[in-house]
Amino acid sequence: MTLAVPAPTAPTAVPRAAGLRATARITARADGGGTTRLPVLDGDGPIALRRLRAHGHRARVCVVGAMSAPLGGDRLAIEAVAEQGSALQITAAAATVALPGRGADHAVYDVRLTVADGACLEWLPEPLISAAGSDLRMTTTVDLAPTARLVLREEQVLGRSGEPTGALRSRLRIRRAGRTLLDQETAYGPGAPGWDTAAVLDGHRASGQLLLVDPELADDPVAVRLLGDAADGAGAGVLAPLAGPAALVTAVAPDALRVRRLLDEAARSHLQFGL
Amino acid sequence: MSRAALLVLADGRFPAGGHAHSGGAEPAVTAGRIKDAATLERFCRGRLHTAGLVAAGLAAAAAAGCDPLLVDDAADARTPVPALRQVARRLGRQMMRAARATWPSAELDALAAARPRGAHQPVVLGLAARSAGLAPLDAAYAVAYENISGPATAAVRLLSLDPFDATAVLARLAADVDQVAQQGTEAAARAVTEGVDALPAASAPLLDITAEAHAAWPVRLFAS
Repeated sequence: MTLAVPAPTAPTAVPRAAGLRATARITARADGGGTTRLPVLDGDGPIALRRLRAHGHRARVCVVGAMSAPLGGDRLAIEAVAEQGSALQITAAAATVALPGRGADHAVYDVRLTVADGACLEWLPEPLISAAGSDLRMTTTVDLAPTARLVLREEQVLGRSGEPTGALRSRLRIRRAGRTLLDQETAYGPGAPGWDTAAVLDGHRASGQLLLVDPELADDPVAVRLLGDAADGAGAGVLAPLAGPAALVTAVAPDALRVRRLLDEAARSHLQFGL
Repeated sequence: MSRAALLVLADGRFPAGGHAHSGGAEPAVTAGRIKDAATLERFCRGRLHTAGLVAAGLAAAAAAGCDPLLVDDAADARTPVPALRQVARRLGRQMMRAARATWPSAELDALAAARPRGAHQPVVLGLAARSAGLAPLDAAYAVAYENISGPATAAVRLLSLDPFDATAVLARLAADVDQVAQQGTEAAARAVTEGVDALPAASAPLLDITAEAHAAWPVRLFAS
């Protein structure tokens, strides 16, 4: 079982042979009254941004795919800045599906997040689905000030229901106070040797990570917890402290739903927050 | 440089404590993921191109003259579970004792003083290679090969696998070892000028998950 592919959206008039270039930008700013405003909320090309009703002092934005993207050859980016003392949550309306393009070029999708002192950013997109024949290089780069907080989720689904996966390479790099706290690259599908082996995924077709960075974890690190049980087919995961004030959940499962269940279980039971 | 120094460094009998570790093979055998030579080979190929590539890059970077403390931080950032960070540091401490006795150098002394509980093992091995006058590619080869010879040797004990079959697995992975050592060395050359973010960061989710599960076992044959 795989998440439903989002409904087709309005066809674009832009010829896609050469690939799109688009960068969407979001800036969150704390105003004097304890709430967060969004002085910059600029969608671009296939990335439309919708303002959602605020939750308390936290501004909320939903990323809406306005057309099928990324296709091979596309270069897409999202840049979000949470300025000092602000609180911002970014979600998505649907899964992102990497699709083949007309040419042989790979697609590029870069997410750049910056969180200033005293600010909190929640980056909670829906899964990235690597469709057969697609080739996507994704980077997620986060720069955190010393007292910034971050909640970040990423999920990867290898192939739509019943099809082989495309090529998906994704680098996640978290810098905090000038040091690299976490640096990981996943490489799945054609051209990534060894990805479909017992050391990496063992036949699972979805993987996910949930990262919490919080200065309070420096004095009170999370305890290691094992999640799920590989033997019952529900996938497996682990919650563990990083070498720094952060906790990371890593999970693999047969499909996106079961990865999400493992991440949610860790968030609710062991990290004391709901997603 | 002396090519024979590489044989000393890469010798399974080099007294650095690696024989007590299965490199994730013990939990994989118990879970039925490794059950014969063919499944051992697949496991080793996956490990080599992920954890092995990361380790080869770290070792080559230390051998190439990158600041070993920055390379050690890069190792932490690439090791998201504490069980594997502890194993890497314990093995690094043992490797440091053997290396300082074998190829004494001021650089090894400085790293030992800065990381008294042990630096990550590939960082120490890379610096030991440097002290022995070896090249970054040599260090990457030693680490990449050790990355699969550990699980293969452990599988012989865990499965009563024929040692000839286990050695044949290692021989079949020779081209993969070449590729990983080369990739790790090229990344290390970039790291010298661009910084340690240029080093490989390939992740293997199941190695991380099963390492923590294995560390919680009350009785086990291997330390990791």
